[in-house]
Amino acid sequence: MIEPTVYEISSPGRTGPRLPELDVPEAPLPEGYVRDAEQLPLPELSELDVVRHFVRLSQKNMSIDTNFYPLGSCTMKYNPKVNELTAGLAGFAQIHPLQDTDLVQGAMQLMFELQVYLAEISGFDAVTLQPAAGAQGELAGVLMMRKYHLDRGDNKRKKILVPDSAHGTNPASTTMSGLEVVELPSDDRGNLDLAALKENLDETVVGLMLTNPNTLGLFEEHILEVTRLVHDSGGLVYGDGANLNAIVGICKPAELGIDVMHFNLHKTFSTPHGGGGPGAGPVGVVEKLASFLPGPLVALEAIVDEEPGLPFLAGPLAEEGPTDLHRLVWYTPSKSIGRVRSFAGNFGVLVRAYTYIRMLGAEGLRRVAENAVLNANYLKARLQGEGSYPIAFSDRTCMHEFVAQGILEGASGVHTLDISKRLMDYGFHPPTVYFPLIVKEALMIEPTETESKEALDLFADALIAIAGEARTDPDLLHEAPHQAPVRRLDEVRAARQAIFCRR
Amino acid sequence: MPFIATTDEERAEMLAEIGVERIEDLFLDVPELFRYPPMNLPEPLSELEAIRDLGSLAGANESGEDLSSFIGAGAYHHFSPSVVNFLAGRSEFYSAYTPYQAEVSQGTLQAIFEYQTMIAALTGMDVANASHYDGATATAEAVIMALNMARGRRKRIVLSPTVNAQYREVVRTYTQGMDLDIVGDGDLDNDFHALIDLCNDDTAIVVVQNPDFLGQLHSPAEMQDLANAVHAAGAVLAVAVDLISLGLFTPPGDYGADIVMGEGQSLGNAISFGGPYLGFFAMRQKDVRRSAGRIAGETVDADDNTGYVLTLNTREQHIRRGRATSNICTNQAWNALMASIYLAVMGKHGLRSVAEQCYHKAHYAAARINELDGFEVLGSRPFFKEFVIRCPVDVSDLKDYLLTEWGVLPGYDLTGDYPDLGQCLLVCVTEMNSRQEIDDLVEALTQAASVLTVEVVV
Repeated sequence: MIEPTVYEISSPGRTGPRLPELDVPEAPLPEGYVRDAEQLPLPELSELDVVRHFVRLSQKNMSIDTNFYPLGSCTMKYNPKVNELTAGLAGFAQIHPLQDTDLVQGAMQLMFELQVYLAEISGFDAVTLQPAAGAQGELAGVLMMRKYHLDRGDNKRKKILVPDSAHGTNPASTTMSGLEVVELPSDDRGNLDLAALKENLDETVVGLMLTNPNTLGLFEEHILEVTRLVHDSGGLVYGDGANLNAIVGICKPAELGIDVMHFNLHKTFSTPHGGGGPGAGPVGVVEKLASFLPGPLVALEAIVDEEPGLPFLAGPLAEEGPTDLHRLVWYTPSKSIGRVRSFAGNFGVLVRAYTYIRMLGAEGLRRVAENAVLNANYLKARLQGEGSYPIAFSDRTCMHEFVAQGILEGASGVHTLDISKRLMDYGFHPPTVYFPLIVKEALMIEPTETESKEALDLFADALIAIAGEARTDPDLLHEAPHQAPVRRLDEVRAARQAIFCRR
Repeated sequence: MPFIATTDEERAEMLAEIGVERIEDLFLDVPELFRYPPMNLPEPLSELEAIRDLGSLAGANESGEDLSSFIGAGAYHHFSPSVVNFLAGRSEFYSAYTPYQAEVSQGTLQAIFEYQTMIAALTGMDVANASHYDGATATAEAVIMALNMARGRRKRIVLSPTVNAQYREVVRTYTQGMDLDIVGDGDLDNDFHALIDLCNDDTAIVVVQNPDFLGQLHSPAEMQDLANAVHAAGAVLAVAVDLISLGLFTPPGDYGADIVMGEGQSLGNAISFGGPYLGFFAMRQKDVRRSAGRIAGETVDADDNTGYVLTLNTREQHIRRGRATSNICTNQAWNALMASIYLAVMGKHGLRSVAEQCYHKAHYAAARINELDGFEVLGSRPFFKEFVIRCPVDVSDLKDYLLTEWGVLPGYDLTGDYPDLGQCLLVCVTEMNSRQEIDDLVEALTQAASVLTVEVVV
């Protein structure tokens, strides 16, 4: 069923909610400024029209709450409903970001504690909650690395090393920062190639951007050596925190030698992905980078007064916690790269992540990583056991995700795209496809910890059944999906025709 | 353990299938010395305890429900009809992700397409994208797009001083590695003529705001003159706007803007202490391929039925990597959905009445305040829903008094952003403020002026 657009169901004269009657006298409108009311190009709908339209649209989506959604790298775990309740509390949802700090101490305490918890989870000395998304945290991190060297008078450094398995945001953030990307290859065990790293490390390197576990789902076997080598050359190590779900509670990135890292709160800490955002991308740093953080952060007023340089190193205060005696204030570090967005952060997302961390505690977070990795290895074992799908670096233990390949013996002409579209007919959202770029016909599968063994088995059964279909009836795959709200869509036509709006 | 489905028995079966004995064996690649570190976090809470704890943190704030607020300055209290949260709260929307697999994401994709359509219509532009993080980052991305349009050959950026200070700051943060010459916003006296004078053949973009940060409106004729001059210099004109104001006033597309962007929070999104918000971004069709951010496009499926996909992906970081137009990955899709539902349900007539009420109520408030002894509404231009008042007493004392005695937040203190506007407040009035609240504000200001002035004299 095609759902018409809001303009197609519009009917002249229909209206939605009314406002109260205007209770002040009308002021004259300035001449020559006003838009013709009749020409205002918005639809005219009743409230019920709108309700039915958007409810019907919602039914055309797969989502975590309706389907298994093993989208690798995106960490599509279940979003606890309590998070929505807490983020919607009037004392959070109805406060203005420019209210005096005395009126919003509860919200600031939540932010302060979240800064402390994220620092504790990751081992960093200071955390800013400002960035609105992982990629923005990444940009902030790279700008901080750049400024750190410049601040020391070291202006030869222009290059950032990025492994070929990295997320595309890494090279993009580097370029936006005015720096040059040098791509490093992976070795035959899926690690960063140490020889290539050594070869490229010199006094022109700002740092290395490393995703660990990486996008092949593998933990860097030489992580300590990698970070030592970079530090020895005077560079810094950026950690892409996208895969923290695999190691939260298992190790602290800062202890492994990472200097700066972003957190994707919408991944590891269960905030809903919203059809593509909002997320939040707080950034943690070691002490020497703390004065470059984008602000404002939340700091204890007493500490700002005592130690104007370092009020964000709040580690020891975590044990005591803010009390009535502790007034919280906004604080921007002395050498800050500047703010990266308006106000202090995606607060509503922060409330959800805070709720989740408080409910899980240290032991719960550790169980998250254990079960995420267990589920991924189980699924990998099932697919390996039945021998249908090649798996990249199959001899290694994977972390919370792994990369299978849509290269099926006896089914030439069937591609990963066909397999993923056929999965829709079985009621599953497809995995991430064709990423990482270094694996041919990649199917990147991340089940997350919230899925049951039963769900994993059904998914493995479906993939194995599809492999069978690929051999006996490949057109079934080529023409898939058959059960989705639409048949296969023509993406090339969309780019050529370029219709982005229609009234 | 909350939110984990696997039982101990199942866990044992799974470990057996994997071929390891203990779950810890899955982490042998992690250096042993750093494995399983202590983590000092508070004891876990049950759901009931979490609700109580968070409730008490929320309760420690004075919200818009407890106070009478006239603060705007980039984040606005507007009415959001009940259907907005109800429909956006459908878990098929909020628990989905970026619609990479179009066939099973038609709900999200069509909602984005309709959002794009309504934003383009409202701004009078050809195309809108699927959202940026907020108004400030949309402004920074407008600057970067203009640099791309000039193929990196122009390095001067002209900013109006009456563009939101946070937006200007974010432009500087984003572009700090690009070796640009950013001028124009150092002096509040820089009007459009001064900005035009600052344009040269190295200028990539001129950024203004209308209504500007101080609430003032610039006429379509004046804007068209600015656009002509900017275009004559070979540069791009970007205009930050308040979308609610476009229910009443001429859209930037009608007066020559090349890029229109700003903060979309006003459309059905909670004020939520500053986020998450959404940046909207509209442009000319010919410039789309130089832009950043996701875009949904219309196409057909194998049966020739209409459907929607994310398109122009080749501009994006996951394909183009270091040569992408921006690093944007996650955007603000759910906030854009709320804006979309808001615009659909308010519609042509509803948005007009919201804009009219803001205008009339703000003018009523300004007129009454201007009559008070010692208070003065600054500026001679028309304004929309915000205006600047100069106060006869110290602004922070005034704010304290109004809060303590009246529970009123009278506005935003402009001293930080504009030192020349000392003793000045930016007052915002929307459809949310009743006549009674406005009258109380006037009464409170009168009383504060007399009490605080007397104290000074004594």
